Amino acid sequence: MSNAAATSAAGGGAARRHVDIVMAGMARRRAAERRFRLYGRIAIGVGLFFLVVLFGSIVSNGYSAFWQTELRLDVKLDASQIDPQGGRDPAILGRADYGGIIKHRLREMFPEVHGRRDRIALYGLVSNGAAFELRARVLANPSLIGQTVSLWVPADDDVDMLMKGKIKRAGPEKDRRLKDNQLRWIDQLKADGRLEKRFNVNFFTRGDSRDPELAGIWGAAVGSFYTLIVTLLLSFPLGVAAAVYLEEFAPRNRWTDLIEVNINNLAAVPSIVFGLLGLAVFINFFGLPRSAPVVGGLVLTLMTLPTIIIASRAALKSVPPSIREAALGVGASPMQAMIYHVLPLAMPGMLTGTIIGMAQALGETAPLLMIGMVAFIADIPRGAFDPATVLPVQIYLWADSPERAYVERTSAAIMVLLAFLIAMNLFAVMMRKRFERRW
Amino acid sequence: MSVPLLVATLLVMSSVAYFFGRRRAFAVAQGRLRSLHSLPAYYGLYVSIWCGLPALLLLGLWVSFEGTIITKLVVGGLPEEIRNLGPDRLNLVVNDIQNLVRGSIVSSKPDAAMRAAAERYASLQSISHAAMFVVAIAIAILAAALTLTRIRPQQRARNAVERILLWTLIASSTLAILTTVGIVLSVLFESIRFFHAVPITEFLFGLDWSPQIAIRADQVGSSGAFGAVPVFAGTLMITLIAMLVAVPVGLMSAIYLSEYASARLRATAKPALEILAGIPTVVYGFFAALIVAPFLRDNGALLGLNIASESALAAGLVMGIMIIPFVSSLSDDVMNAVPQALRDGAYGMGATQAETIRRVIFPAALPGIVGAVLLAVSRAIGETMIVVMAAGLAANLSANPFQAVTTVTVQIVTLLIGDQEFDSPKTLAAFALGLVLFAVTLCLNVIALYIVRRYREQYE
Repeated sequence: MSNAAATSAAGGGAARRHVDIVMAGMARRRAAERRFRLYGRIAIGVGLFFLVVLFGSIVSNGYSAFWQTELRLDVKLDASQIDPQGGRDPAILGRADYGGIIKHRLREMFPEVHGRRDRIALYGLVSNGAAFELRARVLANPSLIGQTVSLWVPADDDVDMLMKGKIKRAGPEKDRRLKDNQLRWIDQLKADGRLEKRFNVNFFTRGDSRDPELAGIWGAAVGSFYTLIVTLLLSFPLGVAAAVYLEEFAPRNRWTDLIEVNINNLAAVPSIVFGLLGLAVFINFFGLPRSAPVVGGLVLTLMTLPTIIIASRAALKSVPPSIREAALGVGASPMQAMIYHVLPLAMPGMLTGTIIGMAQALGETAPLLMIGMVAFIADIPRGAFDPATVLPVQIYLWADSPERAYVERTSAAIMVLLAFLIAMNLFAVMMRKRFERRW
Repeated sequence: MSVPLLVATLLVMSSVAYFFGRRRAFAVAQGRLRSLHSLPAYYGLYVSIWCGLPALLLLGLWVSFEGTIITKLVVGGLPEEIRNLGPDRLNLVVNDIQNLVRGSIVSSKPDAAMRAAAERYASLQSISHAAMFVVAIAIAILAAALTLTRIRPQQRARNAVERILLWTLIASSTLAILTTVGIVLSVLFESIRFFHAVPITEFLFGLDWSPQIAIRADQVGSSGAFGAVPVFAGTLMITLIAMLVAVPVGLMSAIYLSEYASARLRATAKPALEILAGIPTVVYGFFAALIVAPFLRDNGALLGLNIASESALAAGLVMGIMIIPFVSSLSDDVMNAVPQALRDGAYGMGATQAETIRRVIFPAALPGIVGAVLLAVSRAIGETMIVVMAAGLAANLSANPFQAVTTVTVQIVTLLIGDQEFDSPKTLAAFALGLVLFAVTLCLNVIALYIVRRYREQYE
């Protein structure tokens, strides 16, 4: 401005007019500047707002799944019922009618309940899994037989939802999941201190189930683990080898150009297309088993390879040429210079890229749907060839289930998945910070 | 002896061979290590590779072809009337035989012929396994012994080992090409089979999509309709909605972060936005279906709008959120690549910061931004989980974003989940849709990568 003022003082009228013209527009231009900044702030605000809403809604929906309403039953383990011969033979103990024992105990607690329909309503308060818990307890410790044990068993998912305030008591009886008599029993049990919210161990130790109160993520977590192990074992060596070749040894020609274009393209191919490939090649052509973590691992390997190759190449590029030249200068062969000098220096960057690739693979769902990992599998897989599902697919399956109780379990499973992803990414960031070298 | 055990044995043998090779190198050097061409370890590696590699390769081939050959042999030995069944029925019989061998549940009651075939299958399998075991071990021992005895001080062991290593590297790098070829072939073959049943013009230009095929011929709608235009239209609409959310928000936040924001804001807001990119898509799908869609439906009802609970709007909106960081980080890179001299020139002319950005930096960065948007479009078209969970299944040809529409990826997933016969047009239609999806995204990616690359070169 001082410059313009100086010219105007020296030059007279014409220059003064320019300044006036400029100054006349200044207010408008400054307002435009402020508006533009505001748009930018709004855009960032919108992005962060969505992030907060996303996390907020998932946490607020899901935290309650870590507690489960349980019912305390004092069951008398009658030896004549469980072990008529008295031999304590596990095969016989396993076959006893534990469901009957639990039902008997429920009838004792509410002697006023008569009639088939009312009794079924009463039994409905307790999860189907209660009998299995009792059985497991007896099989683990047969000396309990003949005593009266106090046992916490999971309540039915409707009772759980009521205790957590997710379904309402009000409204006409025929629209409600829990009928008036059931509500009365629940109140009585609560007053007796027999109904309590306790830490949901089942959620972390069990596989999938049709009963929300028994459904857990352990099966999916183990499936994810096997899938990721297969992915890691295949994609890390292959990715590093490809990166080393392309960055250190490949001549610049059509063939290597083609490979490069291919890698860049594969990084942007929709993941579901890899699923089609897996279905057509690994399952139909090679006849590998459906739903198996091996196939999942193979598909995810093909998907994460571009990520790992690109990251590994960047890591190799960041090693200064002087290292190579020094090694070659003292008589190392190119391969020796690469293996003993360049690769160790590039390794942290490659590992960081691999962890990020693994985090992507852990969150991937669509290609695994194609190869049949959506089947309902209640067992915990014991190997990479067993049918299994993975955490994101489990989330998808639960999100599709109509029961109200699955909503909170889905959110809780998402929280677990996100926790794994955050941990992996933090680890990658820490590694980068710790080993990053500026040359 | 199981295959994993055999692999482990071969690996152990090959590591033992390493020590033999090294010892042999010391022995032939007779104390004068300098007379050796390579370091002793290379002789060890040489023997070890020859011991392990051929045997493992053979094992791989054997395992992949064993099943097919045995099945062929067993089928050849079946009675005439079974062999003359159609290919589908024959497949079923083969499945039953295999299940009999494994001792699992069989679909029909096994008769004598089946039992005999199963026994034959089992015996062939055990013979093959035994032969494989013997041959693999024999090859490993022979190769190791041969290379061991041929170790000489002048032998160029390092060069040989490095050559094998180099070929391994080359082989790994071609995997990318193999993957692309595999994708193209697997979708193409099934699509061609599909186009035999449904003409390609009907598929690309037909206006009616209802791929349900009735089980009985006389049922209503038994033919199925495979006109994919409604599916394409739905995909485009959801992509458009996503872009309407992602491009302005992503672009403006990139501009603000790269040009205005203080270092501290940049250091917190940029990673925070990038968290959005790291969230698995199934989480977005859940968010769209359980939170956004009901929210839109209820608020739409307040405003008198009739919004379906599986509206295109909900899916597109959430997909847009997912793509924000993608657009913003790519355009951030692009705008940072614009030379400082252009900014300084504009400031020197008296332009305000906003004017500089709008009139100088943005036009200069435009090609790169277009590339980024194209990549984002390709990602939106191929995105699966959000639309599977939040968009509908019914193929409505409609321009109303409040209605339910379906997309290419949703149809692929619904057509392929569950047990289907692999030759019905219904299943094959999924591969035809996959082919379209792959072709479209490939074109978008190639164009986008080309533009971005050209743009980078311009300022380098």
